[in-house]
Amino acid sequence: MSGLAKYMEDEGLATVAIALVRRQAEQVAPPRALWVPFALGRPFGTPGHPAFQRRVLRAALALLDRPRGPVLEDFPDDAPPAAAGPWRPPFEHAADEGAGAEAVIGELRTLAPRYRAGVERRGRTTVGASGLAPEEAARLLGRWLAGDRNATPAGMAAADALRLAAEDLRAYYSEAADDGDGEEVAAWYWTRTHAGRLARALRPVCMADGEAAIRHVGDFMLVPEGYRD
Amino acid sequence: MVRLNDLDPELRDFLSDYRVPAVPGAPWVEPAPPRRRRVALVSSAGLRLPEDRPFGEGAGDWRAIPGARAGEAVMDHLSVSHDRSGFQRDLDVAFPVERLRELAAAGEIGGEASCHYSFMGASDADAMELEARALAGRMRAEGVNTVVLVPV
Repeated sequence: MSGLAKYMEDEGLATVAIALVRRQAEQVAPPRALWVPFALGRPFGTPGHPAFQRRVLRAALALLDRPRGPVLEDFPDDAPPAAAGPWRPPFEHAADEGAGAEAVIGELRTLAPRYRAGVERRGRTTVGASGLAPEEAARLLGRWLAGDRNATPAGMAAADALRLAAEDLRAYYSEAADDGDGEEVAAWYWTRTHAGRLARALRPVCMADGEAAIRHVGDFMLVPEGYRD
Repeated sequence: MVRLNDLDPELRDFLSDYRVPAVPGAPWVEPAPPRRRRVALVSSAGLRLPEDRPFGEGAGDWRAIPGARAGEAVMDHLSVSHDRSGFQRDLDVAFPVERLRELAAAGEIGGEASCHYSFMGASDADAMELEARALAGRMRAEGVNTVVLVPV
């Protein structure tokens, strides 16, 4: 972001960059940057804390009042903790159970009331990157796992379809379990659900594919580090 | 959730030691007074509307997210290890459109841009420069004079 800030400033826009990795902002030295000591993925602190998020935004905008730069300032406070409490997964499946699409569709049906309630509460969903319904996403991954390379929907590159279908399934489960800590929910998804196992089982299939883009998806884009077999 | 200092040492060192491309010069624009600032957000989270073309690896291009449709944005970040749970729970923790609107309503800034934008981070630096300069021109044409750049 720091490099983009310099290009945009050079084109006549006043910029202020938020920085999560301080050393990168030091190296690039954009005109104005605010380093925030928050988790990666959360540059404005904590979900559901609008007053704190407002403070961060105000602190960033305040750098526009500095007479000269470059300026790199540290935000002084840690993000407030998320509401903590014991979390119970919606369900758990043992590690040796199967990883087929139909099993995933069963999970989707179980999760549907929680997912819909979450969408209603938040007023939005992040499911939809693939353009496929979650059941279709599960079937796509299942068909690829079974060796059907013709399963890709028309108009989509296979690599994109696989990557985005897997992301959509993960987003659906994560939104349906949004009462849990993000890391707890991720651990549940990747180790105790059929959907997580489907993606993990698909990874070596993609890695052995004849198409380089599919191998790349398998290598790096289906399963996060820490959950790869 | 994971802060940089809490990361696996290998990933932490990679991010900390990552040599970002040098960008020469020290450009400086005199900002407009607060009440005349029309502010756009530019994210590197790979945000886009569901119907938009997916981000390609290394492409360096951007997607437009009209303010009125910001709630429809999906995250198309190419790194599967990247945490998305904050964004899933609260758009503003990664893309603070509502917070910007609040500051505009309170008269602390002049207004929110009609459109915000997102790149996919860690793309080809040369491609990003061309795209960023072109996007700056587009934003100026839209009346934007101030940009908040938000990583993820």
